[in-house]
Amino acid sequence: MNKLVKNERVMMILIPVVSAILGLIAGAVIMLLGGYDPMLGYQSLFDGMFGTPKAIGETIRAMTPLALAGIAVAFAYKTGLFNIGVEGQLLVGWLASVWVGYAFDLPAVIHIPLAVLAAAAAGAVWAFIPGFLKAKFHVHEVIVSIMMNYIALYTTSSLIRTYLYAGNEKSYDIKESASLASSFLAQLTDNSRLHYGILITIAAAIVMWFILNKTAKGFELRAVGFNQHASQYAGINVGRNIVLSMAISGAFAGLAGAMEGLGTFQYMGTFTAFTGTGFDGIAVALLGANSAIGILLASFFFGGLQTAAPQMNFMTGVPSELIQIVIALIIFFVASSYLIRWVLGRAGKGGAK
Amino acid sequence: MNFLEVLAIIIPAALYSAAPLIFTALGGIFSERSGVVNIGLEGLMMFGAFTGIVSTLLLQDSLGAWAPWVAIVIAAVVCAVFSLIHAVASITLKADQTVSGVALNFLAAGLSIFLIKKIFGKGQTDFIQFRIDKVSIPGLSDIPVIGKILFSNVPITSYIAIALAFAVWYIIYKTPFGLRLRSVGEHPMAADTMGIKVVRMRYVGVMISGMLAGIGGAVYATSIATNFAAGTIAGQGFLAIAAMIFGKWHPIGALGAAMFFGLAQSLSITGAQIPVIQDIPSVLLTIAPYVLTILALTGFVGRAEAPKALGVPYEKGRR
Repeated sequence: MNKLVKNERVMMILIPVVSAILGLIAGAVIMLLGGYDPMLGYQSLFDGMFGTPKAIGETIRAMTPLALAGIAVAFAYKTGLFNIGVEGQLLVGWLASVWVGYAFDLPAVIHIPLAVLAAAAAGAVWAFIPGFLKAKFHVHEVIVSIMMNYIALYTTSSLIRTYLYAGNEKSYDIKESASLASSFLAQLTDNSRLHYGILITIAAAIVMWFILNKTAKGFELRAVGFNQHASQYAGINVGRNIVLSMAISGAFAGLAGAMEGLGTFQYMGTFTAFTGTGFDGIAVALLGANSAIGILLASFFFGGLQTAAPQMNFMTGVPSELIQIVIALIIFFVASSYLIRWVLGRAGKGGAK
Repeated sequence: MNFLEVLAIIIPAALYSAAPLIFTALGGIFSERSGVVNIGLEGLMMFGAFTGIVSTLLLQDSLGAWAPWVAIVIAAVVCAVFSLIHAVASITLKADQTVSGVALNFLAAGLSIFLIKKIFGKGQTDFIQFRIDKVSIPGLSDIPVIGKILFSNVPITSYIAIALAFAVWYIIYKTPFGLRLRSVGEHPMAADTMGIKVVRMRYVGVMISGMLAGIGGAVYATSIATNFAAGTIAGQGFLAIAAMIFGKWHPIGALGAAMFFGLAQSLSITGAQIPVIQDIPSVLLTIAPYVLTILALTGFVGRAEAPKALGVPYEKGRR
C-alpha cells in the first residue's frame, strides 16, 4: 500500500476515483438530510445515465461539449495556464458555427468542416487575447478570461438580436448541409439527440495527446508549464508558447460551441446567463487529471449525471441541483488532494506495520 | 430635459446599483490582500442573496420593515461561515485557490436552489413584502441642485457602503491589523519571521470577504431583486472582482470603480430616457466595465499590481 501511494501514476488514478466516490457519498448524505431515499435517488440517476439506449445516447451527447471544454482547460493547464475563459470561447465558437451554418449554401462535405473550423477559429481568437496580454504585459490570464466571458456573453446575444434573430430568443436555424445531426446515430439510440460531434470529440482528444506528448512543440509547451525560467534559459520563447497554448485551448473550446450549434440545438439562443459548460470543463479536466482518456471518462460521468438529473427529479422528487452540489464537492475533493494523499499515506503506514 | 435633470436620474440609479458591488469588492480586498484569490465571491454573493431573502420571508411577519435589515446581518454571519469551505481548501489543504473558488460558486448555486426547492417546493421564492426602500434624506435632500442629485431616492445601504469603504481604508492602511493583513499577502515568510500568524490572518481575510460578499448579496436581494431564483445573482460577484482590480486592490479605488460600474449598469437600463446616451447601443454600456478592467490591467489606465504572494499557498520553511 505504501508503495502504491508513492507511485504518482497510481495516485493520478486513485485521487479522482476516491474523490468521485466521496462526492457521491456526500450527495447521499444530503439526500438523507433532505428526507429523500438515497438508494432510490441513485438508482433512478444511474438508470437515467445508461439504463436505456436512449439514455446512453443522451449521455454521450451531453458528454461531447463537456469533453471538449475539459480538453481546452487541460491543454492550457499543461502550459501552466488556467483558462477559465472556456465559457466565453465556447459562446463565440457557437455563434461562429451557427453564422456559417446559416449564411452559406454549400455541399455538406465543405459546409460542415467550414462551420466547425469557423467555431475553432473564433474560440482561438477569443483566447488569443488573454494569452497575448499575459505574454506581453504579464497580466494574469484568469482575470482577463473572466472579463472576456462577459464580453462574449453580451456581445453574442446582441449580435444575434441584430443580425440573426428569428424571434423567440433564438437565432435562425442552421442549414441542413451544416448539421452534425445523424439519423443513423439517432436510430441506434432510440431517437436520442446523439450526433456526429462525438467523433470530433474523440479526434480532439487524440490531437491533444499527440500535440502534447509526441511533438517537439508539445514538449516546449509542457516545459513552459513546468518551469518558465528554466525554459527561457534553455532558449524557449516563453511568451510565444503562452499565446499558442491559449489559442489552441480556445480552439478546443470553440469546437465545444460548435457541438451545441451544429449538433444538439442547431441554433443559438440569446443568452442572458452562462451555459455553464465552460466552467464544467474545469471540473472535467480536474477529475480527468488533465489526461485525454481521463477527460473522456470524466465527461462521460458528468454528462451522464447532468442528463439524468431531471429523471431523478421526476422519479424521486430530489431537486436536480443535487448534481451540481455533487460536482462541486468532487472538485473540492480533487483540488484538496493533499488531504486524500495524507489519509492514504497514513493508511499505508498503518498497513505496513 | 436639461443636464441637471439627467443627473438626477443617473446618479441615484448608479448609487442604487453600486451598493452591492461596493460591499463585495471591499470583501474581495480583505481576502486578496491576505494573499488568497477569491473567485468564489460570486457564489458567496449568491448565498448571501439566498440567505437574505429566506430570512426576510421568515421574519417579516414578526419584524415588519426591520426584517430585511436583520436578514442582511444573518446573511453576513452565514456567508462568513460558508466561506470557511474556501479557506480550509485553499489555505489548510493548499488547493489551487482559483479552482476552489470555482467549486464554491458551483456549490452555492446548487445548494441555494436545492434548498429553495426543498423549502418552497418551487424554483423561486415569493417576493418579500418589505424591501430596503429608497429614501430622501431629510434636510440634505432640500439643498438646491445637489440635494436632488445626491440625497434623494437612494437606499440607505448605498451610503453605508460608501462610509464602509473609508472605514476599510482606515483599517487596512492605518491599523496594525491592516499592516499584518497586507504583509502576509506580500511576503508571508517575512511576516511569519516577525511572529505574525500567516494562516490565521488568511483565514480572517477570507472570512471577512465572505461576510462582506454575503452583505453585498443580501443588499442586492433586499433592495433590487426582492426575491431569489437561479438567475438572481448573475455576474454581480465577478463584476465586484473587476471593481476590486480596477480599483487596484485599494478600498477607495474599489469604491470609485464600483460606482462607475454601477453607473454603467444603470445607464444601460435608464439610458433609454436620456438624450445622447439613448443613441449608444446598450451592449456597449453593458460590456464597458469588463473592457475597462482589461485595459486597467494592461496598463492603459494606470497599471494595477496585485499583492505579491496572491494565489500562492504558504508553506512554512519553504523558500
